[in-house]
Amino acid sequence: MSQDRSRDMSQGRTNVPVGGSQAPATQTISGSKGLEFAEPLIFEMSENGRTGVDLPDVSVGDERLGGMRRKDAVGLPGLSEPQVVRHYTRLSQKNYGIDSGFYPLGSCTMKHNPRVNEKAARMKGLGDLHPMQPVSSVQGALELIDTLAHWIKTLCGMPAVAMSPAAGAHGELCGMMAIKAAIEDRGEADTRTRVLVPESAHGTNPATAAACGFSVDSIPGDDRGRVDLEAFKAKLGDDVAGIMLTNPNTCGLFENDVIDIADAIHEAGGYFYCDGANFNAIVGRVRPGDLGIDCMHLNLHKTFSTPHGGGGPGAGPVVLSEALAPFAPVPYVVHDTNGYRLVEHQADSDAKPFGRLKGYHGQMGVFIRSLTFMLSHGADGLLQASTDAVLNANYLRAQLQDVMSVSFGGMCMHEVLFDDHFLKDTGVTTLDFAKAMIDEGFHPMTMYFPLVVHGALLMEPTESESKQTLDLYIQTLRGLNDRAQAGDADFFKEAPRLTPRRRLDETAAARKPVLRWTEPVEQAEAAE
Amino acid sequence: MSVKYTEDHEWISVDGDIATVGITGFALEQLGDLVFVEVPEPGRAVNKGDEAAVVESVKAASEVYTPVSGEVTDGNGAIADDPATVTGDPGGSGWFFKVKMSDAGELDELMDEGAYKAFVDGLD
Repeated sequence: MSQDRSRDMSQGRTNVPVGGSQAPATQTISGSKGLEFAEPLIFEMSENGRTGVDLPDVSVGDERLGGMRRKDAVGLPGLSEPQVVRHYTRLSQKNYGIDSGFYPLGSCTMKHNPRVNEKAARMKGLGDLHPMQPVSSVQGALELIDTLAHWIKTLCGMPAVAMSPAAGAHGELCGMMAIKAAIEDRGEADTRTRVLVPESAHGTNPATAAACGFSVDSIPGDDRGRVDLEAFKAKLGDDVAGIMLTNPNTCGLFENDVIDIADAIHEAGGYFYCDGANFNAIVGRVRPGDLGIDCMHLNLHKTFSTPHGGGGPGAGPVVLSEALAPFAPVPYVVHDTNGYRLVEHQADSDAKPFGRLKGYHGQMGVFIRSLTFMLSHGADGLLQASTDAVLNANYLRAQLQDVMSVSFGGMCMHEVLFDDHFLKDTGVTTLDFAKAMIDEGFHPMTMYFPLVVHGALLMEPTESESKQTLDLYIQTLRGLNDRAQAGDADFFKEAPRLTPRRRLDETAAARKPVLRWTEPVEQAEAAE
Repeated sequence: MSVKYTEDHEWISVDGDIATVGITGFALEQLGDLVFVEVPEPGRAVNKGDEAAVVESVKAASEVYTPVSGEVTDGNGAIADDPATVTGDPGGSGWFFKVKMSDAGELDELMDEGAYKAFVDGLD
C-alpha cells in the first residue's frame, strides 16, 4: 500500500496517517490532544466554597438531632454549573461505543442497536411498567414476554425456554442447574459429577460447572481448532453429567462434529449444554434443537441488539429440550382463556422447577428491544443478518490472510481468529499492535483470547458494518503490518500517541489499584 | 540435584523427598507481568496433575499444576504478597510450593533441561 493512499484514508479523522512522514507533536501544555480532553476528576477541579446554586441559609437549629452536629466538611466538590455540565459532557465523549465507530471486539457481538428498539422501549405502557403491578394491568407485557418466548423457541427449535436469567453467565448457571436437577431426579446426583469443557470454551463455562458443584474436565482441541472428537469420547463415562460446548466456538469455527458429540454424550447418559453466545452466526440457518442440544442460553443483548458491555443490562434466556423442560425455573408466563398469568411458585407448577433465579420476571427492557429487533427484521431479515455477519468476518479473513496469520484454515463463522505469528521477529506484540490501532481511531479487537493460540487477535465485525468501514479497517491493519515488517517497532512501543494518556502501566494498575480519590494534603489544608 | 520440567511449564527441583515447584522463565514470558499469585496451604494432599496454585497476569489467568503427588509442606508467601518476585527470579526465589513426595517414580516421566528446551523450541 502506498503512503499516499494511507494518507487519503485518514481524511476527516483525528489520526496520523499510516506511514506519514511528519511525526506529530505529542506533548501539549494542557495535556489535551486537540479536542481529546485530559479531563481531571471532578474532585480535582473543586474549589472550596464554590457552588452552582444559591441555597438559602438553613435556619434549622441542632435541637432536632439532640445536639448532634457534623464537625467535618461533607467533602462534596465545589463547582459552578457550567463546570459540571462540561465535565460530564466530556466524560460522555470518552465513552467509545458502537455508536462512535467500528467495535470489532470478538466474542462480544457489538452490533448496531436500531433506534426503533428504543422507541418501542419508551412507549407509554412499557416504559413505565413496574414488576409488582397487578397481573390484570400488565396483560400486554406478559403477552410480549410470551411472544418473545415463542420466537426464541421457534428460532432454536426447542420446546421450552426459561426467560428470567439476567445475562449470559446467569443463563449458563440456569442451564447447568437444570441439568443438575434432572440428574438429581434420576437419582444419580452422587455419581454424575464430572462436566466436560473444551479448552477453547468461554471462561465462564468451567466457572459455572464448578459453581454447580461439578468437577471440570478439560477436552483438548485438535489442529482444526475444534473439539478433538476422539479425546472427548475417551473421557465419557457414567460419572459424566454433561458437556458444555460453545458453538460456533471461540475460534470462530463451527463445531461440525456437533451431532456426533450430542449422540455420544446422550449415549453416555449425560446432557448437552451449548453456550449460545455466538448464536449471531447461525440465526435462521441452524436450529440448536436439531443438533441434539439439551439447553442453550441466548445473549439477547448480543444477538438481538441491545446496548451492552457497560452500556446496559443483558438478558440470557435458556432454551431447553424435552428432557430438561420440566426443571425450568419459575417464574414463567402461561395463558389460557382467562388471559396471561405468571406461575411464580414451585408449588403452583405442574412440572418440577428447580427454583427461582431472579427477583421478578426477567430483563423487560431487553425483552422489548429484542422482540422489536426480531419483528422489525422478520424471519428473512434475521437470516440475512446472520449471513451478513458471517460474510463480513470472512471478508476480513480473505483481505488480511496474506499478511496476517489466520490461526485455522477454511471459512470462519461470525468472527475470525488471527495469532501473532505474522509479528514474529518484528519486536511488535499483539498488545503493541492493538495500541497503534487506537491512534488510528479503531477500537482494538479482542486480544489474547482465546488462549488456544499464541497472541490471539479475534475480530467480529457483525452484520452492522458497511464495506467502506471494513475496507478502511483492512487498509489500516495492512498499513500497520507494513510498518511492523519494516522494522519500526518503536512506533508501536510508543503507541498510543494521540490519547490524553499514553501507554498505561497495566501491571501497576492491577497490582496496586487506586480505587478511591483521596484529597491531597495542600487541598485539605486550604479547605480548613 | 537436578531440575525437571513439565509440558505445562513447571520446573521441579528435588532435595531428598522434598520437591520444590515453580514456573519456568518461558511460562513467565508468555504470561507477561504477574499481578496475582495464590499458593497452596501446607498440609494439603495433592495428586500429580492437580491444580496447586494460581497465577494471573495482565493477559490471562492460569493454573500451576503439581508434577508430583504428595503433601504440600510449604507455599511461598513472599510471591503471594509481591508477585513481582517471580518475575525477578522464576527459577529461584520465585518458587511456588514444596511437596513431600509420595512417589519419586513420578519424576521419571518428566523432561530434563535438554528435552524441555527442545519442547519449547518446537512450540513456535
